[in-house]
Amino acid sequence: MEDALADDPFVLAGQKFGSRLIMGTGGAPSLEVLSRALAASGTELTTVAMRRLDPSSSGSVLDVLAARGIKVLPNTAGCFTAAEAVRTARLAAEALGTTWVKLEVIADERTLLPDPLELLDAAEQLVAEGFTVLPYTSDDPVIAGRLEQAGCAAVMPLGAPIGSGLGIRNPHNIELMVQGASVPVILDAGIGTASDAAIAMELGCAAVLLATAVTRSRNPELMASAMRSAVIAGRLAFRAGRIPQRRYALASSPSVTS
Amino acid sequence: MEIVINGLAHQVADGISLDQAVLLITSSATGIAAAVNGDVVRRATWPSTRLAPGDQIEVMTAVQGG
Repeated sequence: MEDALADDPFVLAGQKFGSRLIMGTGGAPSLEVLSRALAASGTELTTVAMRRLDPSSSGSVLDVLAARGIKVLPNTAGCFTAAEAVRTARLAAEALGTTWVKLEVIADERTLLPDPLELLDAAEQLVAEGFTVLPYTSDDPVIAGRLEQAGCAAVMPLGAPIGSGLGIRNPHNIELMVQGASVPVILDAGIGTASDAAIAMELGCAAVLLATAVTRSRNPELMASAMRSAVIAGRLAFRAGRIPQRRYALASSPSVTS
Repeated sequence: MEIVINGLAHQVADGISLDQAVLLITSSATGIAAAVNGDVVRRATWPSTRLAPGDQIEVMTAVQGG
């Protein structure tokens, strides 16, 4: 299996990754649990959020990522307008020394669904400033096309609302996005368990981004390991090509009379 | 004069620089960024950035998320 993976790197904005699983860090009960889960996931790229510095907090998620050799991907979670998201991306670039950003501009707290107009506005501004923009978007192939035209390095559709664990509610749209995009499509949000991640990859997604499904599971390290395997299995199945679905049986053994 | 750092008022000497203001809440040298009245200020220019009364300073870092 390692050989099958070696000639199939995940290339994002010109950078090669061995793992197609991008992890988030939200929701983990402790940095120790998070660190073990990240190791088990095999991830090489992991998101963090930007917040006001709390002088009383001890330990940093950045130390965990550095110790594991994982590339940090700041997000703009919590931003409701393009202006807020652009400022947060600039702060992240200054604090973390990366121009990569997972761009999130949400419409409201209850659904955490992306606001497509603010998102596109922010994406255009950040691309113009030289950022590598990875936008968290709705499962709409039309918006995905607009984001790609704006110069985004990937499009990251939700499978279902953030943290919902509802899986991929509209696999047909994800498939359309994969067919229409020339940048990687990364399934972001909604994954509940390993089979959801495998389905995302079988649909042709280049990678999966998830956090809650691991960090809030009963055993984050074990679930991270399951996700790692699921992403690999789904990718291999996509490359192998599933058989057509048939209405009736097709015998796999030869007929007794032949 | 009074400035606001991360939402809390601080009494500071007139004309304090941004790097001195940041030191009031952290001695961390890495992984942080600062904005004054909404504008991100490059780290290299913190010492030469003089603050004015009422300035709103945000000092940000990475936390678990996403």
